[in-house]
Amino acid sequence: MDGRDMINVKKLNKSFGDLHVLKDVDMTVKESDVVCLIGASGSGKSTLLRCLNFLEIKDDGQIIIEGEEINANTHDLNEVRQKIGMVFQHFNLFPHKNVIENIIEAPVHVKGVSKDQAIKEARELLVKVGLADKENVYPSRLSGGQKQRVAIARALAMKPDIMLFDEPTSALDPELVGEVLATMKELAEEGMTMVVVTHEMGFAREVADWVVYMHGGRIIEVGHPDEIFDKPKEERTREFLSKTF
Amino acid sequence: MPSLSHVIEVFFDTYDIFLKGMLLTLQVTAVSIFIAIFIGLLFAFLKISGIKILEWIANAYIYLVRGTPLIVQIFIFYFGMTNLNMSAFWAVALGLAFHNGAYIAEIFRGTIQSIDKGQMEAGRSLGMSRNLTMRRVILPQAFRRALPPLGNQFIIGLKDSSLAAFIGMYELFNVATTKGANDFDNMTYLLIVAVYYLFLVYLISALVGLLEKKLSVSD
Repeated sequence: MDGRDMINVKKLNKSFGDLHVLKDVDMTVKESDVVCLIGASGSGKSTLLRCLNFLEIKDDGQIIIEGEEINANTHDLNEVRQKIGMVFQHFNLFPHKNVIENIIEAPVHVKGVSKDQAIKEARELLVKVGLADKENVYPSRLSGGQKQRVAIARALAMKPDIMLFDEPTSALDPELVGEVLATMKELAEEGMTMVVVTHEMGFAREVADWVVYMHGGRIIEVGHPDEIFDKPKEERTREFLSKTF
Repeated sequence: MPSLSHVIEVFFDTYDIFLKGMLLTLQVTAVSIFIAIFIGLLFAFLKISGIKILEWIANAYIYLVRGTPLIVQIFIFYFGMTNLNMSAFWAVALGLAFHNGAYIAEIFRGTIQSIDKGQMEAGRSLGMSRNLTMRRVILPQAFRRALPPLGNQFIIGLKDSSLAAFIGMYELFNVATTKGANDFDNMTYLLIVAVYYLFLVYLISALVGLLEKKLSVSD
């Protein structure tokens, strides 16, 4: 797709103490792109994702969201984050709130949407993720796959322009992975701009517009899924993929 | 030992004066706990503020309270701060609040820090501010976890209010010792006052238990 730029990352660097986690990372995500970040644990892909909504603050470089360079000290990050939804590996639903309360929390208390309106929209989202019958259930009564679909609905309730997924299926039992990936695929087909850190190579191959392979804090290779998976240019990409399959 | 029938007889003869003492015990305990919860929350926040000087202040407060006997603290409020001209009631209420506040601060700090950090991240990722996430997401969960140890602290506070007798407040324990001395029948009145305390402790446990049950719908 040839949409406008949604995310530009330029020469991004991030260290945790002595550990240099991201090294001169450059990346562009255009509107409606689905970008899958793949790589071994510790390659920096989750940190890169977390820098994009400022859960981690970069040391150096530029992060440009929808054309505007964002800095932690000059921008209200709470406002920036409203445009960027995030789905976590461990769901992080609010356990003391039921499903619909989880979904309406931020629209009502951050955006000031009326409760009635927020509930109406939340119900539509629950239909979309296939959990219309669960609105009054507490997270402790849901399966992992259901929890993650609620988490997706909760993020979508803020009507974000971009969705970030941090290993959304890694904590799930194998038989529950499919339902979450199906929801994500549907979202991709609707044109949502998505950045997905994943170990699901099947999903990356089928749904991604671009696959980004990271190793040792650097982006080693970027390409269409067919290129990356069938004829990777870089030796390290080949090595990684041969271990994965 | 006084006979059981004698104790029961005295119990029913004296219930009006004991009930007055019990009311005072309950009032001073309730007021002190109410204030102690706010003190506790305040110092818990100071301790997790990440600001060195505030953490130091909180630690100093907790160190002072834990390092000195409660009776000394109450005497300081009553006999020491004479310029404040505090009544016995307020000296005990504030003394107990000052004392329990330190323990409650540690309870809240512990339970706030025990909430998974993914909760704060989830709130922030939705555009919620740190304060809003603390108020709407972290504190309700932390408070629930704090209930059992808080209940214990309330019970300790109730029993410690008996120290008010030493500055002349006519609460439960003072009623018992005064009556016991007047009638040369200490044991009977001590047994009776023990029953009143047991009843009050039972009441607090039951109330806290009820609250716990109400808050556990999400389990």
